[in-house]
Amino acid sequence: MLAYYLDLALRSLKRNKVLTALMVLAIAVGIGASMTTLTVVHVLSGDPLPGRSAHIFFPQVDPTPASWGRASHPLEMMDERSALDLWSAHRADRQALIVQSPVKVSAPGVDHAPLMLSMQSTTSDFFPMFDVPFAYGAPWTSADDQGRARVAVISADLNDRLFDGGDSVGKTIRIRGSDVRIVGVLKPWRPSPMFYDPEGSVDGNMTSKGNYGRPEDVFMPFSASLEVNDGHFFQYTCWGQPTSPGHLEHSPCLWVALWVELDSPSKVAAYRAFLGDYARQQKAMGRFAQTDTRMLDLMQWLRFEQVVPSDVTLQMWLAFAFLAICLFNTVGLLLAKFLRRSGEIGVRRALGASRREIFTQCLIEAGLIGFIGGAGGWLLSLLGLWLVRRQQAPYADLVHMDVAMFVVTFALSIAVSLLAGALPAMRASRITPALQLKTL
Amino acid sequence: MPIRPILSSLRRHKVAVWLLVLEIALTCAIICNAIFMIGNRLHRMHMPSGVDEHALVQIKLAAIAPIPDIYAQAREDLAVLRGVPGAQAVALTNQIPFQTSSSNVSIRTSPSQAHTILSASSYFGEDLPQTMGMRVVAGRDLRPDEFVDAGIVVKDLATGETKGLPAVLLVTQALAQRLWPGQNPLGKLVYVTPTLGLRVVGVLAHLARANPYNDAVAQYSVIMPLFMGAGRDQSYIIRTRPQDRERVLKAAVAALKKANPERVVIEQRTFDQVRQKYFANDRAMAGILVGVIVALLIVTALGIVGLASFWVGQRRRSIGIRRAVGATRGDILRYFLTENFLLASIGIALGMVLAYGINLFLMTRYELPRLPAIYFPVGAIALWAIGQLAVLGPALRAAAVPPVVATRSV
Repeated sequence: MLAYYLDLALRSLKRNKVLTALMVLAIAVGIGASMTTLTVVHVLSGDPLPGRSAHIFFPQVDPTPASWGRASHPLEMMDERSALDLWSAHRADRQALIVQSPVKVSAPGVDHAPLMLSMQSTTSDFFPMFDVPFAYGAPWTSADDQGRARVAVISADLNDRLFDGGDSVGKTIRIRGSDVRIVGVLKPWRPSPMFYDPEGSVDGNMTSKGNYGRPEDVFMPFSASLEVNDGHFFQYTCWGQPTSPGHLEHSPCLWVALWVELDSPSKVAAYRAFLGDYARQQKAMGRFAQTDTRMLDLMQWLRFEQVVPSDVTLQMWLAFAFLAICLFNTVGLLLAKFLRRSGEIGVRRALGASRREIFTQCLIEAGLIGFIGGAGGWLLSLLGLWLVRRQQAPYADLVHMDVAMFVVTFALSIAVSLLAGALPAMRASRITPALQLKTL
Repeated sequence: MPIRPILSSLRRHKVAVWLLVLEIALTCAIICNAIFMIGNRLHRMHMPSGVDEHALVQIKLAAIAPIPDIYAQAREDLAVLRGVPGAQAVALTNQIPFQTSSSNVSIRTSPSQAHTILSASSYFGEDLPQTMGMRVVAGRDLRPDEFVDAGIVVKDLATGETKGLPAVLLVTQALAQRLWPGQNPLGKLVYVTPTLGLRVVGVLAHLARANPYNDAVAQYSVIMPLFMGAGRDQSYIIRTRPQDRERVLKAAVAALKKANPERVVIEQRTFDQVRQKYFANDRAMAGILVGVIVALLIVTALGIVGLASFWVGQRRRSIGIRRAVGATRGDILRYFLTENFLLASIGIALGMVLAYGINLFLMTRYELPRLPAIYFPVGAIALWAIGQLAVLGPALRAAAVPPVVATRSV
């Protein structure tokens, strides 16, 4: 029966080519526009650590003194002392300090001009905590964190540039004139969004790469990097003047961020209590003016920071409105198409077809239009995504259609066309056989 | 043209009529808001910078080896740049309008204020107004003898010494208005720390923040008499004739590299490129919106064509009868045009209400301003025009129906 209905639907589509083309076009344009923007939103609002993000938290305290007098809310970063206090308390399953700074990198014996790159000063837990993939070697150890070891992990890209992609573990790079031994080389790694860098946030300043930038090329233990790249760190906000610019140890500045991993709800509760205790204790000591703390998990933090650009969500609303208009359009056209065939439907009814059969047949025809429209919409959204990739946005190169969105394209398209077809099909199935037969 | 027969005929096709009306309403609502958003973006893209944009180029350097004396290096660089043929004026600045990051100071108007009033973009550097073409509308520019090397300021602030600190600054008109509404800002004190008050000696017409993220605070900027020295975040700005920009830029970079080969150029561009880059997203969004409007109008027009053709087909016989009893082709044509005009009008009226609702939603969610009334007639005229054009084809076909149709197949 289904095959017969499909055959009927195909015949009917062929009979009235202009009307069919208009309907297919309307659905294709609506699906193309909405799937383009939906894919962009899907890519941009993705979970950078699927399955783990619920255990990753961003603790914040407000170390500013009373004299600074800013509206009391925890800022994105901490001063060095607060960050180190929290970090060395080891109350979390894993924890990583985060600081970015620009570095000059060269490699002895490698014929390559010095590179100006970005360095991540962090601690050894960074790599297992954020699922960072290694091609060669391994992260440094916590002993290296304590021992100010001159070691580094480098990105796949830097390894390609300096060492032609070979196993460079054990080789040396020069960072601002200091020799640093490579202990690990990453596989290509592009978390999206670039979640761990609070400087990429909405009111980030100085070296902000935005929320869809690339990870740093050099990773070094926090303490050692302060010596190697001394004088080249950026403060996020200061409530006093640092004594020597770029040297931020013991400075009245916010410039370090902390991420922690807490594997169970009880640990999360315990850490929240610890954070609150710490802030109250610091206030009692006269160092903090506020005791506000905040600890959002990774996805909450990304939402709080409004990581998905508002332009993009606005475009999504537009595209859905667009789809709605295309839907109205299709309803009208299908209505015209089905009712024009009143005579034919009358004959079929008179020959014994039930209302349900007519309804099913009309819906199948609508679904077929939806399928063809979906194919057109898929092509149009590929075109749309290509146009998005040509924009100057930092996330442009990330935007591709994955299998899930491909499936959604057709599902949405067929759903929309069935929805559009329901009313006209109902009308068509109510056609009374006798009336139609009379006019033949 | 009598409207009553049209209405009674429409009453017999309620579903199709409502579909068409709703489609036009939705299109109208979206088009009104989309045109409005395009207007906003265009307005934002034309935000005044306060500088003479077509005459400026920017060069940013990073040192490969440590520079022993960054202030001496900067003065040497400035002298080198002054010697570049075509360079009319040269300055060293910590930032320029329309970059993505910025250096800001928190401002109080008295040292006893517990909270800072606002944060202003802080520009440092000699000869900035003169080089960058900012207009001083009251008071005077900063004098060379008022400038202090940044290192001295840092040291003094850390040690509590006050002798070497700067004493004056320039503010923009917008900032002065915000801090002292209706008063003469000249001579007023601006506290950038609770202990350091600077006296306003001049007022600039305009100077956009380095990162003017929000229109309301985009012009809150100050220039302070600090000399920054050569460093990664400092830019050399050269003023030249617009037609000489590319040549001067190339010559200036060559001259700087020759003066100290231990440096890499991290930025070299004209100010027009700076603006172009900063507003790239707005331009892209405006482009997308134009695309949406065009596509929407096309889709709506196609819908009207489709439905109207269907109606004409359905009514061939009655058209034939009307023609047989004396209606001219013009009458038939006018009938369909009027019918469409009526439907479009109902749709537009509904669309206005919807447009207003969507705007309310956007106002709360995306902090967009209220939709000005001017956009309603614009949307209405666009839809009336598109409706009449779309129905013209089917209407002409209807008018071509010969009276003889009336005699067939009755």
